[in-house]
Amino acid sequence: MADDTTPRAAVALAKTRSPHLVDPATIPGWGVDADRDNDPTYPMRDQSRDVGLTRDWDRPAGQMPDVEILQSIEHVRRPAVVGTSSPPSGVSGMMRRAAFRWSESNWLHWLLLLGADRVNVVEGVVEDLAQARIPNIPAETGIRAQIAFNKRGLAKKTVVTAGIAALAVGLIATRRGRGEGASDNVA
Amino acid sequence: MLAMDYRGPYRVRLSQKPMPRIEHPQDAVVRVTRSCICGSDLHLYHGMVPDTRVGMTFGHEFCGIVEQVGSAVETVKPGDHVLVPFNIACGRCHFCQQGLFGNCHESNAQATAVGGIFGYSHTAGGYDGGQAEYVRVPYADVGPMVIPDWMDPDDAVLLTDVVPTGYQAAEMAGIQPGDTVVVFGAGPVGIMAARCAWLFGAGRVIVFDMHDYRLDFVRRYAPAEVYNFKEVDDVVVFMKKTTDGLGADVCIDAVGGDAKGNFLQWLTGSKLKLQAGSAIPLHWAINSVKKGGVVSVVGVYGPTGNMVPIGNVVNKGITIRANQASVKRLLPRLIDHVRKGHIDPKAMITHRLPLDAVADAYRMFADKLDGCIKPVLVPHG
Repeated sequence: MADDTTPRAAVALAKTRSPHLVDPATIPGWGVDADRDNDPTYPMRDQSRDVGLTRDWDRPAGQMPDVEILQSIEHVRRPAVVGTSSPPSGVSGMMRRAAFRWSESNWLHWLLLLGADRVNVVEGVVEDLAQARIPNIPAETGIRAQIAFNKRGLAKKTVVTAGIAALAVGLIATRRGRGEGASDNVA
Repeated sequence: MLAMDYRGPYRVRLSQKPMPRIEHPQDAVVRVTRSCICGSDLHLYHGMVPDTRVGMTFGHEFCGIVEQVGSAVETVKPGDHVLVPFNIACGRCHFCQQGLFGNCHESNAQATAVGGIFGYSHTAGGYDGGQAEYVRVPYADVGPMVIPDWMDPDDAVLLTDVVPTGYQAAEMAGIQPGDTVVVFGAGPVGIMAARCAWLFGAGRVIVFDMHDYRLDFVRRYAPAEVYNFKEVDDVVVFMKKTTDGLGADVCIDAVGGDAKGNFLQWLTGSKLKLQAGSAIPLHWAINSVKKGGVVSVVGVYGPTGNMVPIGNVVNKGITIRANQASVKRLLPRLIDHVRKGHIDPKAMITHRLPLDAVADAYRMFADKLDGCIKPVLVPHG
C-alpha cells in the first residue's frame, strides 16, 4: 500500500502550498479509494496537466495600457493582457469604479454595473448631441429590417407604444389639472 | 476604420473608430473577412450583460487576414488567413495548461469567472470585437489558426464559436451509444449540438424550439425529432411520456438567458433583470432528464443568479456540466470532421450582409425575421 500511495501523496502535497498541510501518511486509508477514472471533468479539464498552484508559470509580458483598467478584487494580480475598448468615464465611470470595490460574488457589484450601463446610454446620447449629431434611433434599432420583413409587427409595436405614450401624457395632464385645481381652492 | 458601435439596448450603428494597434508584443492586427452575429451577442444587444459600455464593438466569431504582428509573434505572419477562436487565451496559465482555454487567467482583468472574449462586454475583458474592418487579436500565437487551403472560409468562421460550442455541449453530456438526447433551442448552437449528438452515438435526438422554420431546418440538418414547445402543454410531461416515464438520458441547454416559454421567468429574467436571464431551458432540462442523467449547459447566462430547481438536481442525482467552449482544444478534431464531411457548418448561414447593414442584421437575427438562422457580416465584401 505504501508503494501505491506514496507517489500520489507526494503529488497531492505538491498541488498546494497551504500552511495547514497535513501529512497524508498520518491519515489511515488516505487515497485507498482514489479512482482516476472517476473524473467528471473529463474532457473539459486535463487533470494529468494539473500540477496544482502554478504561480510561477511562465507569465507573458505584461501589457502597459494607456487607459484606465478596472480590476476584479478577486484577482491577485492584473492579467498580462487587458482590453482597452471603452475606458470608464463620466457618471457611469464613477459608478463602475465603485462597483469594483466588491467581489464578483456580491450582487451590488453587478447591480451597480447594470445601473452604470443605463446611465452610459444617456451619456452616449449627450455625447452625440455635443458633437452636433442627432442619433438616428430608428435606423440604429434596425427599422429597415422591420419594414422589409415585419411590417405587421412594426405597426403593432408603433400602435402599442403610441397608446402607452398617449395614456402617460393623459395621466400627467389629468394630475396637473387636479393639482392646479387644488391650489386654486387653497388660494 | 468602420466598426459596429453599441449605443445601448437594441441600438447599434456603424461608426468610424481608430484603427486597432499592437498594444502587446504578442498582439496581431487582423483585417476581418467574415464576422458572424452570435446568439450570445443578443444577450449584449438586449442589455442583459453587466458592464457593456457604449462605444464598444461586438463580434467574437470572425476570421480575417493578418495585417500586422507584434515583436513576439512567431506562428502567424502578415498575409495569413486565420480563423480566430472567441476565447482570448495565453496558453500558459494554470487553466490553459489543462485545456481550459475559455477560462484563461491572463486575459480578463474585470472578472475571474471567464477568460477574455472578443467584443463581449467588459465583464469578458473589454476587448473590441470583430464586427469591424480591423480587430486587435491578443496572444496571436495561441488562438488564431491558419485556415487550411481546402477549407471554405464560411466553414472556418463558424469554427470560431458556434461549431465548437455545439460540439462541446454534446461532449460534456457524456452521451453513450443509444442515449436519448434532448436539445433545448434550435438556434445555430442547438442545431450543431443536435448534429454532434449523433457523432457521440446518440440513439434519439429531440429538439425543442418555438420557431417552426428553425425546427424545419434542424429536422433536416441534424436530423432530429422536433417539437414546437408552444404546441405542447407541458414540455416535462411530454418528455416523460415519450421516454416511458423515465426522462431523457441527456438534456442540453443551448439557449441561455434570452429564453421564452414561461411568463414569470421571462418577466423577471429578460425584462426586469432580477435574474441573470430567464432560465426556462435549464428548468426544463433539470426536470426532463432522467434520474442520474446529465444536463449540459452552453447557453449563456449573466453572472448574478437564476431561479432553477436545484432541489430536483439533488433528488434526481443529476450531473450538471457547463463551460464556455474551449475552441483551441477542439479545433483539430472539428477540422477533421469538416474535412470528412461529418459536419457542414456553412449550411447554417442564411444571410450574408455588408458591415453597414449591422443594425438591420441584429434586428433580423433578434426578431427571427426572414428565416434568419445565421447572419454573416462581410466587411470588405
